[in-house]
Amino acid sequence: MSRALITRGPAGSAVDLPAVDMSTSIGDFETPMPVFTASGCAAAGKELDQFFDITHIGGIVTKSVMMSARSGRATPRMAETPSGMLNSIGLQGPGIDAFIDHDLAWLRQRGARTVVSIAGGSVEEYGKLAAKLRNVEGISAIEVNISCPNVEDRGQVFACDPNSAAQVIQAVKRNSDTKVPIIAKLSPDVTNIVTIAQAVERAGADAVAVINTTLGMVIDLETMRPALAGITGGLSGPAIRPMAVRCVWQIHQALPNLPILGMGGIRNGEDALQFILAGASAVSVGTVTFHDPSAPMRVQDELEVALALRGFTTLHEAIGYAHRGPDVPEVAEEQE
Amino acid sequence: MAPLQLTGQVLDVRRAGMYTVLSLTAPGLAERTKPGHFLNIGIGGEESGLLLRRAFAIYQVQSRGVYGGSVDIVVGVHGKGTQWIADRRRHDNLSIVGPLGKPFTLPKDPANCILVGGGYGTAPLFMLADQLRERGCRVDVIAGAATEEKLFGTLEIKRAASTLTVTTEDGSMGVQGRVTDVLDDIITKTKADVIYACGPMGMLAAVANVAAARGVYSQCSVEESMACGIGVCMTCVLPVIGDDGVTRMVRSCVEGPVFRGDQVRWSDVGTVPADTLGAPTGGH
Repeated sequence: MSRALITRGPAGSAVDLPAVDMSTSIGDFETPMPVFTASGCAAAGKELDQFFDITHIGGIVTKSVMMSARSGRATPRMAETPSGMLNSIGLQGPGIDAFIDHDLAWLRQRGARTVVSIAGGSVEEYGKLAAKLRNVEGISAIEVNISCPNVEDRGQVFACDPNSAAQVIQAVKRNSDTKVPIIAKLSPDVTNIVTIAQAVERAGADAVAVINTTLGMVIDLETMRPALAGITGGLSGPAIRPMAVRCVWQIHQALPNLPILGMGGIRNGEDALQFILAGASAVSVGTVTFHDPSAPMRVQDELEVALALRGFTTLHEAIGYAHRGPDVPEVAEEQE
Repeated sequence: MAPLQLTGQVLDVRRAGMYTVLSLTAPGLAERTKPGHFLNIGIGGEESGLLLRRAFAIYQVQSRGVYGGSVDIVVGVHGKGTQWIADRRRHDNLSIVGPLGKPFTLPKDPANCILVGGGYGTAPLFMLADQLRERGCRVDVIAGAATEEKLFGTLEIKRAASTLTVTTEDGSMGVQGRVTDVLDDIITKTKADVIYACGPMGMLAAVANVAAARGVYSQCSVEESMACGIGVCMTCVLPVIGDDGVTRMVRSCVEGPVFRGDQVRWSDVGTVPADTLGAPTGGH
């Protein structure tokens, strides 16, 4: 790359930095850029394309789609919380057929890299969704959302049980193109997230997306009832970032070869760098898009600067860098 | 035209009853704005703990001038976020995204129009009144609120209207009662063809019902709580009947905020009616 980055140094002076090779991969999906949208925070890309060129980021992760059209839950569906928000949308969506015909067709024509996120109420539904997407052009990877907290039967969140999680991944694997990587989206609401990551890897997942929202609740002090119609909701935003970084760290430590799409409260390039250093191969920007509709593009630009300022020439060198052994003091050269 | 994302500077802050009117630099915004459009504003700085933008109907725009264009909004304080905006001072910077949403539709031919504003819901009606009059429409305005201090811009809107009728629930100004107490008579007197309304949901529901009963076409700008304002978060939905007769949960930020009064299922707002496309059937 012949580009040079120009940024502001500590004293406010302009600093020229060498460009960083930002390319990365999630299983067999190779992408020139590492920042993605997060499922449920970007619809299917069209709205955000008004604010930045969606073909310039890693890609769009679409809102989780189910077999049938789905109305979602009643309102209020959202409550603002300190440095975050609760949502209880309930997977509103057009159903897989309309999604393929309209949303995916638009993304393909637009030339955006697309990760299609799917959600099912049963193992069978996940399998059917994967089969629907087989041989459909323009899919870079499939995210299997086994961790949405806004489903009616919350006891059935597949990502909370290693066997259920594995069954879903096997069903998707059996029914999908072998060349399209499968990313399992995990919930932080588990005793040991590594156990779940190991189960989905054994079941054939090519990567994991870490983390989905964590279940939360707000009581409205005017009505003195739950603020959300759905009572509980998924907490997202910078409030959950340290929890997300911890999950990425633990999974990378246990399974260093399993690619991780890291997310949870990323607001700027330095936040994104924390996830990369903890072991993520790529990152998603979610809730902060509601605050700044061009956030995915901005975070990607800032991440490149953050890497360059620390002397990295490729993103790849930085993946999991925080796990390295103790720094060796540089005195060896004086010995003859 | 696509909305803009820009940093605007506060030009002026003034009080109007219990509201605060902010004028902000916003080059390019005026040319894109139609009556009924809204914008949203980010709260706090880069590290703000309040992540969600606050939405405001666009009140006035100026396309020229030393600042290369500016926009006015009316702020009512409801919580910490709107308080922060109301506390801004001249020269402060604000993050603006707009214009957003689907604006009011104007009649092609001259028509008799009634504009109904509840509280500071009158804000988007000023531009609307001006543009309707430019098209040769008759404009009659009804402004209502609980009390006089909750009315906005009644003196100013008089200039753009053939008649202005004010209602307050406590009788502190104008007719004691609600806007719908006077609406029926004004429809008769003005031979109204169209009613435009903006205000609280209860008022909109009542206005839409009167309009429907009288066979008058109505357009209502709804107030739903939003997170993103640009169509990606799916929080600001309400049940609306499509042209195909099917009810869907639609986003008020992109498919609204202006809806046909006869297409919103007012009494079902806040719920998912059983006949909504994709409504839970017990299988979910």
